Amino acid sequence: MIRFEHICKSYKGARVVDDLNLHIARGELLVLIGASGSGKSTILKMINRLEPHDSGRILFDGREIQSFKPRDLRLRMGYAIQSVGLFPHWTVARNIATVPNLLGWPAAKIGKRVDALLTLFELAPAQYRTRLPHQLSGGQQQRVGVARALAADPDVLLMDEPFGALDPVTRAALQQALKRIHRQSGKTIVLVTHDIDEALLLATRVVLIDQGRVVQQATPLDLLSRPANATVEEFVGRSDIGIKWLSLQSAVDRARAQPTSPGLTLAAQASLREAVSIMALHHVDRINVLDTSGQHAGVLYAADVFAPQGTPGG
Amino acid sequence: MRIDPAGVLLGGFGLAAGLALPLVTVAPNRLVSGQGVSLWAVGQRLGPQLEQVTGQDAWVADVSSTALALALVVTSLLMLSLIAFWRKAAMGPDGMTVALGVALIPALLLLAGRYALHISQNESTLSRTALGSGFWVMVLVVWLAVSNALQRLRAGWALGAGVRAVIAGCVLTALALGWCDQLSLMREFANHADTLGAAVLRHVQIVVLTLLPALCIGLPLGWMVNRSTRLRQWLLPPLNVIQTIPSIALFGLLMVPLAWAAQAWPGLAAMGVSGIGLAPAVVALTLYSLLPVVRGTQAGLAQVPGAVLDAARGMGMGSAQMFWHAQLPLAAPVILAGIRTATTQTVGLAAVAALVGAGGLGAIMFDGLFGSAQDLVLLGVLPIVGLAVLLDLGFEVLNRLAHVRTGGTV
Repeated sequence: MIRFEHICKSYKGARVVDDLNLHIARGELLVLIGASGSGKSTILKMINRLEPHDSGRILFDGREIQSFKPRDLRLRMGYAIQSVGLFPHWTVARNIATVPNLLGWPAAKIGKRVDALLTLFELAPAQYRTRLPHQLSGGQQQRVGVARALAADPDVLLMDEPFGALDPVTRAALQQALKRIHRQSGKTIVLVTHDIDEALLLATRVVLIDQGRVVQQATPLDLLSRPANATVEEFVGRSDIGIKWLSLQSAVDRARAQPTSPGLTLAAQASLREAVSIMALHHVDRINVLDTSGQHAGVLYAADVFAPQGTPGG
Repeated sequence: MRIDPAGVLLGGFGLAAGLALPLVTVAPNRLVSGQGVSLWAVGQRLGPQLEQVTGQDAWVADVSSTALALALVVTSLLMLSLIAFWRKAAMGPDGMTVALGVALIPALLLLAGRYALHISQNESTLSRTALGSGFWVMVLVVWLAVSNALQRLRAGWALGAGVRAVIAGCVLTALALGWCDQLSLMREFANHADTLGAAVLRHVQIVVLTLLPALCIGLPLGWMVNRSTRLRQWLLPPLNVIQTIPSIALFGLLMVPLAWAAQAWPGLAAMGVSGIGLAPAVVALTLYSLLPVVRGTQAGLAQVPGAVLDAARGMGMGSAQMFWHAQLPLAAPVILAGIRTATTQTVGLAAVAALVGAGGLGAIMFDGLFGSAQDLVLLGVLPIVGLAVLLDLGFEVLNRLAHVRTGGTV
């Protein structure tokens, strides 16, 4: 879908992007993660030509992006940013309709699309359509911002730290909403963040950027289990790397197929992290595990969690 | 009981002005300065007329209006001073103040007008009755009291404008009906009626001819200044310096080059450009207007949130679309404020332009000033004030419209 080939960019004599090669496949939720100044935002903005690159090629849909007019390119890519940037003098509906309006959609189609998106983001259309941005909470504004980015059903959704300014509860809710939308729509999403937990939660693939170079690209699980070097370990958080690794794995997968044993039962869909947490708290070494439908699925033994990789007991 | 300190203060001032300062001054002719006549003395003089009401029709309207005015003035002034303490009134003290203010200002004028008529009928027709310091102080105090009360009532903008319009309407009606014709101000008006209309038109002409180029130059300049810091550093200091040059000096400075230009290019002279008259006035006033317009435009554009423009660009808006959809509507209130300042300033400064022969209301004002005729000065100044207030009102309406579109607090 999007391919970076030997991309370089300097800003005031300093290399911000250094020989970047990256392929973003259709349907991926790719997270670019890095510290401030690592060049991750610049890379994102190169895709829709908000930032020009000095050398190399960027291909979109097989064509070099320089062959598109910036406007046409941007109209095909949704764009959501941390500061949202809703038009303060336009209603929610008109804000969401920005790109469809630019594309000249008929009014009836726009109206339907706006309502559908408001519903998707759990904002009652009748209530929110005519509100102005300043009448919304921060979380609601960002919902509208993401809805606006999705309005014209773009091929790609570019998101620059979209949830960075939100409180933890609102952020978690919006992360879940984004995950759901990605699952349902299969859209290609490129998201920039500096929050490793957000990256691990959302990404199908994480790309860790440092000083304008890719340090490691891997699935969240691989990133944790096989960090490429000290920089990655540092970034992921050396001390609780194992805890994060546990949180990405389902308890059911490690359970032994056994009938119910006396003692505690874990909630359905719980991760290994929750299982270990509860076992540690209650001083037990085994716990009953349920499957997604809530039926007994087996018993998880603490020893299996800590057993050598690839040899789960049972 | 909560006391409104502003109300007490204003009431006290009003009462003091009514008691101590002359409502009108009476002079035997136009040239000598007059003797003050207090509100109390005016009442004593007009009071006995009340007893003469004996069914003679001509007197009825005359005397009853006088009586009404007198009664209103005395009771209102008293009540206005007491009202701040009177918290349990049915209408509420603030509503009462507004109502009294609406009655009081026309009543004061009417009383002065009746007194002037009385003097001209009973003494020499040459004698002049002018509005005295007491009148102006009381009108000012009442106006402030009404504004204060409206604010305390949290009256909407429309109600406030309505109340003020009613007061202005009453005053204008009284003047139009000829009830104050014998006041010296109105006699000057009668003497200068033919030139006053032309002077107002000329004044408006100067203002329009100033603002058109100021906007045509200032708005694009403001837009450019907002885009380039370098240009801002180069352009704003000279505009600031211009603002500090006294207007008379600038008019004078422009006379020489304009006279020279008119001589060098006969085409310019044919267009009416010369060292005196409209040309130096309009050029100088345009220069003065540039700073508020440029600054307002720049400040307006600069406060458009960067995130809005980032998002707009990222979604595929072009520069023109961003300008019309985002920058202009979001900058409009601040740009309007700049134009508003420029307009008010031009209306005032245009009076000084009479010194270089530009005409307008300033010419009447200076006639009065040089002839020591106070009322003639007023005749020039009052329409200038009226014009400024009227234009300001227009901008307020525009401003409201602009704010409605941005949803109030942005």
